[in-house]
Amino acid sequence: MLADVNATVLENRRLSDAYSVLVLDAPQIAAAAQPGQFVMLKPARSTDPLLRRPFSVFEIIRDAGGAPAAISILNKRGGVGTSLLYEVEPGATIACLGPLGRPFEAVAPPAEAWMVAGGVGLAPFVTLAARLQQLGTPATLFYGARSAGELYYVDLFEQLGVHTVLTTEDGTRGIPGRVTAPLGQALGAAADGAEIRLYVCGPTPMMRAAASLAAQHHRRCDVSLEQVMGCGMGGCYSCVVLTRDAGQPAHFVRSCIDGPVFDSRRIVWEALTH
Amino acid sequence: MSADLSVSIGAWQLANPLIAASGCFGYGVEYAGAVDLASLGGIAVKGLFLKEREGHPPPRIVETPSGMLNAIGLQGIGVHRFIAEKLPELRQRRASVLVNICGTTIDEYVELARILSDAEGVAALELNISCPNIKEGGITFGCSLTGTHAVVSAVRKVTSLPVIPKLTPNVTDVASFARAAEEAGADAVSLVNTFLAMAIDVETRRPRLSNIVGGLSGPAIRPIAVRMVYECRQAVRLPIIGMGGIATVNDVLEFMIAGANAVQVGTANFVDPLLWPGLLDGLREYLRRHHLTRLADVTGTLDTSKEEHAWISS
Repeated sequence: MLADVNATVLENRRLSDAYSVLVLDAPQIAAAAQPGQFVMLKPARSTDPLLRRPFSVFEIIRDAGGAPAAISILNKRGGVGTSLLYEVEPGATIACLGPLGRPFEAVAPPAEAWMVAGGVGLAPFVTLAARLQQLGTPATLFYGARSAGELYYVDLFEQLGVHTVLTTEDGTRGIPGRVTAPLGQALGAAADGAEIRLYVCGPTPMMRAAASLAAQHHRRCDVSLEQVMGCGMGGCYSCVVLTRDAGQPAHFVRSCIDGPVFDSRRIVWEALTH
Repeated sequence: MSADLSVSIGAWQLANPLIAASGCFGYGVEYAGAVDLASLGGIAVKGLFLKEREGHPPPRIVETPSGMLNAIGLQGIGVHRFIAEKLPELRQRRASVLVNICGTTIDEYVELARILSDAEGVAALELNISCPNIKEGGITFGCSLTGTHAVVSAVRKVTSLPVIPKLTPNVTDVASFARAAEEAGADAVSLVNTFLAMAIDVETRRPRLSNIVGGLSGPAIRPIAVRMVYECRQAVRLPIIGMGGIATVNDVLEFMIAGANAVQVGTANFVDPLLWPGLLDGLREYLRRHHLTRLADVTGTLDTSKEEHAWISS
């Protein structure tokens, strides 16, 4: 059920001068959120900036009794809204609307799940990894960042039973280079009979490259897209993504309610702006 | 003393003056899980052409101080799919539906009005002659007095539904357009649509919208919209549906006092989709505080009499 909560900031963990994890007291949303869903946060009390910003639900935090109590979001400082959220202090309240969007469909064994994350694209995968663990699905995370200092929460994924493959562009941790390199090798080495589903979130060029690898190796690939969003509810038609379905002309669909998770085969990648 | 929030726009009876603005509430059904659609005075659905349209490529919106620009380009499913796929659910949820229609020719407006007059569950027609984001039609009628008169009178002839042209603020004298609409037989006017505007990325020197220009909405435009509603109130006897940056109960009242009989809420619904019950409570509270029973009595009650200042010598 959708809720609009004036959530108290319980913690704002600055991971670096760009990244922070904001923990929000929003039990209704924590209880309802499915893997890959998002919330719309209002960064300011004033009307400037005016609109809310979409964020994947990063963690669902439980109380001592195991009940969902709070959510966190992984924030990367960029524009005005994300800068305000980076700077917010515990005790402040932030309007938090959610959960929204079409969730990831977690595959069950004997299928395997391969998550592919670039930078802040890690955000939707903690909730997915938790669901995969519940299902007993073997899971791997291919996770790339610019350097070692920007690879976050790797141990959390390992605690959730996820096999991790790390890459850094500067070679300071894991395999040097881009995350799509080990992904391509692993796809090439995988047995034909094994069912593998890819889940991808990150910068558009990386998602496009991963989708292309998945297509070459005939694997289903779901991507979580982040578009500029006005409302998150299907009201404004601003977050559209050009899609093509078999036998149909290309068509704009709303990423807030038809996504943010899409079968990568539907995406007209040339038209994706950022 | 029970509060009566009902208002009428010609023959259209509304339970309260709050209407979700066209282009800001999808086809209404998107909000059915979050909002009791029957609790709104009305729902102005996204502008419909006869045929489906894809609209502009992204980026379609950009934020500006206390506002936003949009250039969606009227992406839409067309009138036939609307009647088949959306109207039954709106009817079942007892929504009062204002259908916003767009054409490139007068014949298209007439055809849309005919089709919708035969559909069950349409309360009124809003003529979109003011969208700043499409090149053909629409605003060419809205920016010409003879064009406005022609499209309104043509639609008037083919429907008994209330006909409500939506006026653009991108003209020198919006009140003259309200007058043209009144003379042509409109039941009401709604105003204002968005202000033609643009925003530029100075680093890339590129426009921030794919369409280069777009329409400004949100609190930034509210004082101008209030002034335009006030001017139209002086010019016509028609009911007026006011809009432009309404986000709070105070904003609703400001428009009503300036002369609006009902209002539309657009951009604020993007930010706070669950704002409706709070606005209704606020209106009831205002009536209580001012010892009024009917909200409709607030319309056009602006007091412009000069205050007497004894200390100013004459």
